[in-house]
Amino acid sequence: MSNNGINFTPLWNNGPVPGNFYNFPQNQVKSNSIDDFGVQRNSGPITTGTSIVAVRYDKGVIIAGDKLVSYGNLARYHNVDRVFKINEYITLGMSGDYADFQFIKQYIDENILADFSMDDKITLKPKDLFTWLTRILYNRRSRFNPLWLDMVVGGMQTESEPFLGHINVRGRAYTNDVISTGYGTHLALPLLREYSEKGPLDEAKALELVKTCMEVLYYRDCRGYPKYSQANINDKGCTVTDQLVKENWDLALSIKGY
Amino acid sequence: MSSIGTGYDLSASQFSPDGRVFQCEYAMKAAEMSGTAIGLRGKDGCVLAVEKVITSKLHEPDSGRRIYTIENSIGMVVCGLITDGRAVVNYALKEAQSYRRQYGQTIPLKILNERLSSLFHAYTLYSAVRPYGVCIILTTWTEENGSEIYSIEPSGVSFGYYGCAAGKTKQGARTEIEKLKLSSLSARELLNEGAKIIYRVNEDSSDSDTKFKLELSWVGKDTNGIHQMCPVNLYEEAKAAASAAMEQGDSDIE
Amino acid sequence: MFRNQYDSDVTVWSPQGRIHQVEYAMEAVKLGSATVGLKSKDYAVLIALKRATSELSAHQQKILRIDDHIGISMAGITADARVLCRYLRQECINHKYSYGRNHPVSRLINTLGLKMQVCTQRYDRRPYGVGLLVAGYDDQGPHIYQTCPSANFYDCRAMAIGARSQSARTYLEKHLNLFKDCDLQELINHGVRALAGTLPNETKLNNQNLSICVVGKDMKFKNFQESELEKYINAEIAGTQPATAESDPSEVGVGGTERQPYVDPPAPLNQPEPRLEDPAVEERRME
Repeated sequence: MSNNGINFTPLWNNGPVPGNFYNFPQNQVKSNSIDDFGVQRNSGPITTGTSIVAVRYDKGVIIAGDKLVSYGNLARYHNVDRVFKINEYITLGMSGDYADFQFIKQYIDENILADFSMDDKITLKPKDLFTWLTRILYNRRSRFNPLWLDMVVGGMQTESEPFLGHINVRGRAYTNDVISTGYGTHLALPLLREYSEKGPLDEAKALELVKTCMEVLYYRDCRGYPKYSQANINDKGCTVTDQLVKENWDLALSIKGY
Repeated sequence: MSSIGTGYDLSASQFSPDGRVFQCEYAMKAAEMSGTAIGLRGKDGCVLAVEKVITSKLHEPDSGRRIYTIENSIGMVVCGLITDGRAVVNYALKEAQSYRRQYGQTIPLKILNERLSSLFHAYTLYSAVRPYGVCIILTTWTEENGSEIYSIEPSGVSFGYYGCAAGKTKQGARTEIEKLKLSSLSARELLNEGAKIIYRVNEDSSDSDTKFKLELSWVGKDTNGIHQMCPVNLYEEAKAAASAAMEQGDSDIE
Repeated sequence: MFRNQYDSDVTVWSPQGRIHQVEYAMEAVKLGSATVGLKSKDYAVLIALKRATSELSAHQQKILRIDDHIGISMAGITADARVLCRYLRQECINHKYSYGRNHPVSRLINTLGLKMQVCTQRYDRRPYGVGLLVAGYDDQGPHIYQTCPSANFYDCRAMAIGARSQSARTYLEKHLNLFKDCDLQELINHGVRALAGTLPNETKLNNQNLSICVVGKDMKFKNFQESELEKYINAEIAGTQPATAESDPSEVGVGGTERQPYVDPPAPLNQPEPRLEDPAVEERRME
């Protein structure tokens, strides 16, 4: 707006501006130049966590993910939690951009804190969080500014009803008995499905299955890590424990010629 | 108050000729109209005790609670217009949230007190709004600073306290609090003392259980710095201690 | 004429620490026809008495649906109720969009209370001149909430508001302990009986002026059709009459805000400061 360098304030909110009449119409159409050809955002993950493996068994949910956050191919941050207890009913596992996750985690925690402050026995349930995250991620991707996240929400919707859902960077969301993100989609999911499709799993079987998946992922995913955290949630409550893949590199000796 | 009715007491933005803002004083009257609330600061925690007046049998016992929790660790009780109180509580929650977003930790009680005082004060400056008709008591306990209690009046004036009272019988309650050796009492003991005081200032009401409900909350070492309503067993114990003390008091008089 | 000088705005405290404008707004609730709310362990029910402006007009709606799990009934300025209704509906829709589930009732009422409070503290607003009974069902079970123009709200086991509602409240208090184990039919019968006590002289309940809605376990909000009301009306006539409570004479014959035939407004106050009529009323405001 050119007023010979003087900026007049509108006479009232959204009202006419003194001097504006003289350069009517106010908004001149700028000529197209090469600079106006849209914007390009640099969107892609920077510091990332790799796969999450999750199983819903008959009475609960297990979510596991290793404790490494990589910077590209560099194993940059060790001993970082990627699987969280959100409250007594919800666990959350993340892969994708860790900074984006920290950003979203802050709002989740605020939500939980608000529940505590209200002190009215109303708490966030896994399905609520799942829907909420879906809305956020879909909204961000629709504005071409996505949060680069692949998240798994698990928990107890009611005392007897376990819930497991997956939301990805584009806000695509679904629920399933077995879920894996990242490289795990290729390596762990076939394993998981092989067992889950035979019928509902019990806790022991589910734990064993997750252990196998984490082993496979560690050996094959070059951004894997032997230390992983594992959340187990059922009607008895929610616990997150640290686990370790038992490494065995004996076979390395037999590989020759590379 | 000789200047009442002379027309200088109709707006919060107007002084009377003798230099008073009557609207603030009137708002204070409103704050004194509700059931008594007290805050006690002990050696390892604080206790809030409230006389919640029951106005109808048709209400649920939990209806219209007066003790609130801000974040995890801060307790707040409101006296006066409960609707104004809820608005203040909402503001306090927002302040705590904004502090957490900026600094990543719970808002220190000193800061929250400052911010809420400013809010109260702002509402005494303009004729377009009226001062809040509430007194509030804020309390917390932290490992670093120990027990803390602040109280804010409708005018925006606030002080830190060892023990404070607001509401209908605040004078009586204050006298009772002064008899206690607060700095040597634990939060656990103060639960009983708080209950006793609330019952004692209601001495003349015959069947106290239908007239009011005692609300008790505490924060301290025993609760790991979390502000919470007093657990049922301790609540019953405190109530029993209060009625025992009442009977004791009666026999003393006779 | 000497006027009470402290009653012109919601921004003015009286020397006694009262806000007269808010108290006047509370009076508006008593002008509307009565409505009753009560709950059992599985259901919450609203029962309302509808009025018609004239022989030619339909009866004014008293019960509105907010969501599948919440309904409201109103007494007072119904136009204000519609504004609040729209707000509540919006909140419920937003909550359902964000979290994929029904809005918890207590939190909804809390946000409503905050919205209404603003109108009691600013020069450029007036309080909402309507009282609501909110029936809701959520994870915590059924709820009946009462909201007032003062922005206050109460979690109730049962409640009645509106003209001559004291007799309904007396009935509810008397039978309070029965409601919990009632089935739906009995619960509605109790409500209708309570409401019948509030009827003006020579008015009878019929399927035109009675309005009933239910929310509860495993069901969506249900507003009863005219044809379904008959059995409850008959049950009321057949059943025991409610204990006739003393009706407040000041409430009888006062025109409603729901477009009743014009009646002279009550005489303006000529006391310098209206005295506290009923300490209980005052306490309710304060607590």
